[in-house]
Amino acid sequence: MDVFGRYKNLIILVGVLFLQLLGLAMQVKRSTTETQDTRLIRIWAVGAITPFERALVWMQSGTGNIWHNYFYLRGVRAENRQLKEQIEHMRLEQVRLSEDATQARRLQTLLAFKEQYIAKTVAAQVIGSSGSDLSRVIYIDKGENAGLKRDMAVITADGIVGKILTVYPNVSQVLLISDQSSGVGAILEKSRLQGVLRGTPSGEIVLERVMSDETVPAGETLLTSGGDQIFPKGLPVGTVSHVGLGKELFLEIKVKPAADLSKLEEVLVLVEKRERDAVADDTHTRAADILAQRLPSVPEKPADAKPGEVKPADAKSVGGVAAGATTGTPGVKPSTQPKLGPPKNDATTQSAASKPTTIVGSPAAPTPGQVKPTSLNPAAPSHITPATGSITEIPPKRVSQNKAGTSNPAEPNATKPAPVRQNTANQNSTKPSTPSAPPDGSGPQ
Amino acid sequence: MGAAHNSVPITYTSGEQVEVYRFSIPVTIGVPLLALFIQAFVPLRFPRFAVYVDLPLLVTIFFAMARRNPISGLLTGAAVGLAQDMLGHNPIGIYGIAKTVVGYGASSLGVKLDVENAGARFLVTLGFYLVHSAVYFTVARGMVNMTQHWDWLSGILAGLMNAILGVMLYFLLDKFKQRT
Repeated sequence: MDVFGRYKNLIILVGVLFLQLLGLAMQVKRSTTETQDTRLIRIWAVGAITPFERALVWMQSGTGNIWHNYFYLRGVRAENRQLKEQIEHMRLEQVRLSEDATQARRLQTLLAFKEQYIAKTVAAQVIGSSGSDLSRVIYIDKGENAGLKRDMAVITADGIVGKILTVYPNVSQVLLISDQSSGVGAILEKSRLQGVLRGTPSGEIVLERVMSDETVPAGETLLTSGGDQIFPKGLPVGTVSHVGLGKELFLEIKVKPAADLSKLEEVLVLVEKRERDAVADDTHTRAADILAQRLPSVPEKPADAKPGEVKPADAKSVGGVAAGATTGTPGVKPSTQPKLGPPKNDATTQSAASKPTTIVGSPAAPTPGQVKPTSLNPAAPSHITPATGSITEIPPKRVSQNKAGTSNPAEPNATKPAPVRQNTANQNSTKPSTPSAPPDGSGPQ
Repeated sequence: MGAAHNSVPITYTSGEQVEVYRFSIPVTIGVPLLALFIQAFVPLRFPRFAVYVDLPLLVTIFFAMARRNPISGLLTGAAVGLAQDMLGHNPIGIYGIAKTVVGYGASSLGVKLDVENAGARFLVTLGFYLVHSAVYFTVARGMVNMTQHWDWLSGILAGLMNAILGVMLYFLLDKFKQRT
């Protein structure tokens, strides 16, 4: 008893340390990554801290919104104009890319590939972190109640962020890709070399398992490979910032993440991924189609016009669209001759005006609003098949959007020959579709 | 007799005695929670904050030195450290063990030395930051098998930053002290 009194402090210190070491050993023995055993304990700390963080983030964003949305509006008009121009360019770029995607899907179909796509995402706000550089995790303000589960991928518009590690009712813990216990399957975009993306104790991100005899240039883009079953294939990861020799015949490739992990505010959680067989989708919108919709085109048909009759001005208008879209100059007559009948592979001069045409009947009995193919400008009728041979006008709604079509003659999409499609008579060619959209219509968000 | 309860003799300075302080319950609970909150929130805006500043450690050192009671100090350190562990994803106990040692050491030192002046506080904080880092490194690498690299330069730099911040913070927290 006297010994205890004399060494009371030391004995209690040893006891407390022993208990903690015991608890630590038990956690390490079970699993170093599994946090479910300590979930109840962790939820206390998370429950004590995160409400304050959530409130502070809410107040901060509220104040910021009031300032930026109601008071500080300097340069908004100019920015708006700039953004609109950017949207125009991006729309064309999107269509060009969807063209490539469609082509890739055809090839995938041939190879019976299965593909994953993002079916549903949940937006969440970042409200906190671990506060330690040895545990690179963040907290987001969505949890089980929002349908989040462990191991769901977390991304931003720029690139991947991490995966959900622990889910609480209203909060989730996200393990960043820069944490040393993180691992992501990644592939270099051009060289197609695959590796494992890992964080380092200093917070850097490196690509491991790439052999040293390979050549990896700095600046090459890195994408997810889909091999980790968490991130769908093809999401941006980052760019190679440094390449050097590593251990055991592997390269040491440092990666600069595409998403700025140090300034995360809002993220997207991929709550639903779907897998399906790749299906070639021919009902896509082409660059030429978009251009045709945006060009000044067919005015509304007068009510007294006879069925099947097209005034020269109208015909010129339709043809003018085609010519302008193809050459970049309205009214310039195309050099190619019209081709009736099934398009051939060398028929790469399809006009931009070919998109608004919709095959609705046979040439023998044109219905109101249809024109005979022979009355069209030579550039237009490449989509007309002998079986149907009739086209309709561009819907007025679409025509009203034609503003900038002729202003982008240098746009590669304007002159890029669209691939020839077969069996167009059975398709509604005015229906735009996204190649990555699922069959049920729920597209990526 | 009352003075015997309110102060403890400084061993190395003969008859001089240092005062023992206590804190109200809201301060005892609120200040560590606030420190944890700031530690978790600020890195979202300033990512390097988490690398160079350990507010829960500073709070542990302050309470331990002010109370001058080793048991109270080690329990405070254990509680703050375990709470900090819970916010991360690593096994619970690494920060707990490190801060338990620091809490015990700081309170034991507080009994023997006058740590009320800025110079002493600076040195004590710098020293205990390094002790904390060493214990954390040992446990994380030895028990949890975490990959850790010891960097003296960044360690001392972070220690200096914590010491400077600690001196300012302690003067702020001095206002919450209550004489026993």
